[in-house]
Amino acid sequence: MRRISLFNVTSLTLGFAFLYLPILLLIIFSFNESRLVTVWGGFSTKWYGAVFQNEGFMDAAWVTARVAFVSASIATILGTMGALILVRAGRFTGRTLFSGMIYAPLVMPEVITGLSLLLLFVSMGLDRGFWTIIIAHVTFSMCYAAVVVSSRLVTFDQSLEEAALDLGCTRLSAFFQVTLPIILPAVLSAWLLSFTLSLDDLVIASFASGPGATTLPMKIYSQVRLGVTPEINALSTILVILVSTGVIIASLVTKNQELKRKREEQAAIAEA
Amino acid sequence: MAAQTDKASLALSGKWGKRLLVAIPYLWLLVFFLAPFFIVTKISLSDIAIAKPPYIPVWDPAAGWDGLKAMIAAFDLENYIWLTEDDLYWKSYLSSLKIASISTLLTLIIGYPIAYSIARAPNEWRPTLLMLVILPFWTSFLIRVYAWIGILKKEGLLNLLLTSLGIIDKPLTILNTDSAVYIGIVYSYLPFMILPLYAALEKMDGSLLEAAQDLGCPPLKSFWVITIPLSMPGIIAGCFLVFIPAVGEFVIPDLLGGSNTLMIGKTLWVEFFSNRDWPVSSAVAVILLLLLIVPIVMFQKMQERNAEAGK
Repeated sequence: MRRISLFNVTSLTLGFAFLYLPILLLIIFSFNESRLVTVWGGFSTKWYGAVFQNEGFMDAAWVTARVAFVSASIATILGTMGALILVRAGRFTGRTLFSGMIYAPLVMPEVITGLSLLLLFVSMGLDRGFWTIIIAHVTFSMCYAAVVVSSRLVTFDQSLEEAALDLGCTRLSAFFQVTLPIILPAVLSAWLLSFTLSLDDLVIASFASGPGATTLPMKIYSQVRLGVTPEINALSTILVILVSTGVIIASLVTKNQELKRKREEQAAIAEA
Repeated sequence: MAAQTDKASLALSGKWGKRLLVAIPYLWLLVFFLAPFFIVTKISLSDIAIAKPPYIPVWDPAAGWDGLKAMIAAFDLENYIWLTEDDLYWKSYLSSLKIASISTLLTLIIGYPIAYSIARAPNEWRPTLLMLVILPFWTSFLIRVYAWIGILKKEGLLNLLLTSLGIIDKPLTILNTDSAVYIGIVYSYLPFMILPLYAALEKMDGSLLEAAQDLGCPPLKSFWVITIPLSMPGIIAGCFLVFIPAVGEFVIPDLLGGSNTLMIGKTLWVEFFSNRDWPVSSAVAVILLLLLIVPIVMFQKMQERNAEAGK
């Protein structure tokens, strides 16, 4: 086994301290009794009560959850199709443009995406609100979904699908019965990533939404501009804990499934 | 014979199936990603109007070709001329490029030892360490930026710590300065730098370093002549992933930067939401896109090459 050097331990410790301390401090101060956010006034959970009684937060949370659920689901379907095209479709006219449209949104500054979508919605005469946020979120998260799924698809053994086709399966059912179950962990993590991207987005949602729909990040942003408050600390803690628990559980489940599949494959090979 | 027709119909359905498969995501991106850029360009050539939509000319489809021609005739470069006349805009572009370059460099310097140490860590630790790098990326960007306000402000936690340790007597002003923006960008984009760096460093063959050592090469030199060149794809990918979005960043300069922190994302936002000048904000976006088009295309080419190499 390789020894880990002192340099490595130090840089990992400092690096992770930098990444995690700010969030940890935020969580600690959400339990602060005092309204002065940086002076410790004793332990209290009263700000959590205040969050749940704040109707503005709760309404925004409900809008955000629905937007994230619907947009993640559409984005995962479109993204999986996009990944199949990138990995499987080979050369076709307009392939370069397609891969450009998949990769560019990953780095495109949000203000540009937001502004351009807004101007599109206005010129199409669409009323801005719930559905326009969903369209905007699908557009950028499907690209992330496509990247996640395609990184799994490149290592997928195509002979499995060919075997199914030779045995008389149609392409569609070969996809649903052979390919999809194998790439499912990647598809699920694409969904989860799209969901959290939609949950987090402030800039694009601000452009794409109208007076009717306010998402949680928009609500948080309007409060944060006025300064640090314990309610926002509490709300942030709830969000951070919800998302990280979700991500950790999902990654553990994926890992277990992969292990199980590997064991089954090995058992099948041993039997044959 | 029957088998042959079967194969033929299968191939046909495969062909049509493929066309459908390509068409749906393709159309979505054409309509919602590509077409909007043409609209932005069009509006950047228009004039502001106090009506809905707040710009003229508007193409009236009922007027047909003549209407289109009349609209094009009414286009002008007034907004672009305006951008060159008011020094706010070019100063914002320059300052965005500067802030983004410096923070990309800082992110690389901080991210490299972390990525390197993960790649050197025992095999069974690596998934957990990687998970720890990715986890902050999943938690809200806005919340992570917000967390720094409480740390960096005058009566914030950092000043509290430094004064109680006796390192400084007067609290430092960090919040609402460019330094806070650097900290914010490095902090938020660090995972984007570490992941590609790790991917490149992990593939590196450790025996190369051993060979260099055996031949009497000092460790620092072999780091420069072996490790750095071999991790170059990761360095380039990480720098693109940080630099391009950082140039247009809005949330970080708005929350952590001061009133004299100029960044083009913030200028665009103010132009759009406060001044309600849609044509000028479109012109700002068009120029920003032109500035970034070269790095974006280079990034895309690199991603494609990586995807091909992965096969």
